[in-house]
Amino acid sequence: MSATGINWFKYSSPQAFYPLAGRMIPWFTAAAVGSIAIGLYVGFFVAPTDVTQGDAYRIIFVHVPAAWMSMFLYVIMAMWAGLGLGLNARPSFMMAQAIAPTGAMFTFLALFTGSMWGKPTWGAWWVWDARLTSELILLFQYIGIILLRSSIDDLRRADRASAVLALVGVINVPIIYFSVRWWNTLHQGASVSITAAPTMAGTMVTAMLVMMFGFWMYSIAVTLARMRCVIVERERQPSWGKQASIPDVAEAR
Amino acid sequence: MQWGSVAEFFAMGGYGLYVWTSFGATALCMGGEVLAVWRRHVAASESRDEL
Repeated sequence: MSATGINWFKYSSPQAFYPLAGRMIPWFTAAAVGSIAIGLYVGFFVAPTDVTQGDAYRIIFVHVPAAWMSMFLYVIMAMWAGLGLGLNARPSFMMAQAIAPTGAMFTFLALFTGSMWGKPTWGAWWVWDARLTSELILLFQYIGIILLRSSIDDLRRADRASAVLALVGVINVPIIYFSVRWWNTLHQGASVSITAAPTMAGTMVTAMLVMMFGFWMYSIAVTLARMRCVIVERERQPSWGKQASIPDVAEAR
Repeated sequence: MQWGSVAEFFAMGGYGLYVWTSFGATALCMGGEVLAVWRRHVAASESRDEL
């Protein structure tokens, strides 16, 4: 690695990552709190009442960001899992482990807030349409990955098994995304896309995108914080042997 | 701003129950997660110090 000039792997070691993550968390937290505050203000006080759905549509400001994060975090988790399998890199597996609970939470929130939106607009809490069903499967995938990891005592086998499960399951993400196009669903199509003009008023889109950015920043902050927990917890594992603890090393630097 | 009064704001045009349950659940989940990670961090740090 010395011949390449820049050592890209410098921050991939837990010893270097631990203090770096600690320094980054406050910035991402501030970005999350600030943008969620702005998003809520625009969403509730600037965006107008929808002509057809009334004020029930305002659920979109948490529903769409949560649904986006549920899919986005799964892809990121699967990428770390794949990187871990390919390079046999322990920190990559730890990142995948740190992302899973947040992804599962946002999947639950997407389903829950969707149900809260479905009742007043469709007249049903739940329908077995392609979008809802595939999102429910995503929740089971997250739960399966978390349970599989916790059911295997050997850390290296737990890493690899849950990584394989995460990678195989990534096929569901495009299915969720395109489900509203591939099947005739009760769930509406995309409100915002890169290729077409938004189907909502400008301030509605603004509030939704700002909330989405806030949820994204929140996810990074909470994932980094969980990553630090995972590092300390794994440090106690016998496989690591007797060595100076990472926070101690970090403080000594 | 489209709200004439505070009561009107909380009523959300009759959809208040659905809107506030959604936002409440989201706040509860995200706040709960932060709390859980914080407690996990404290527990991990404490058990490290015991070694």
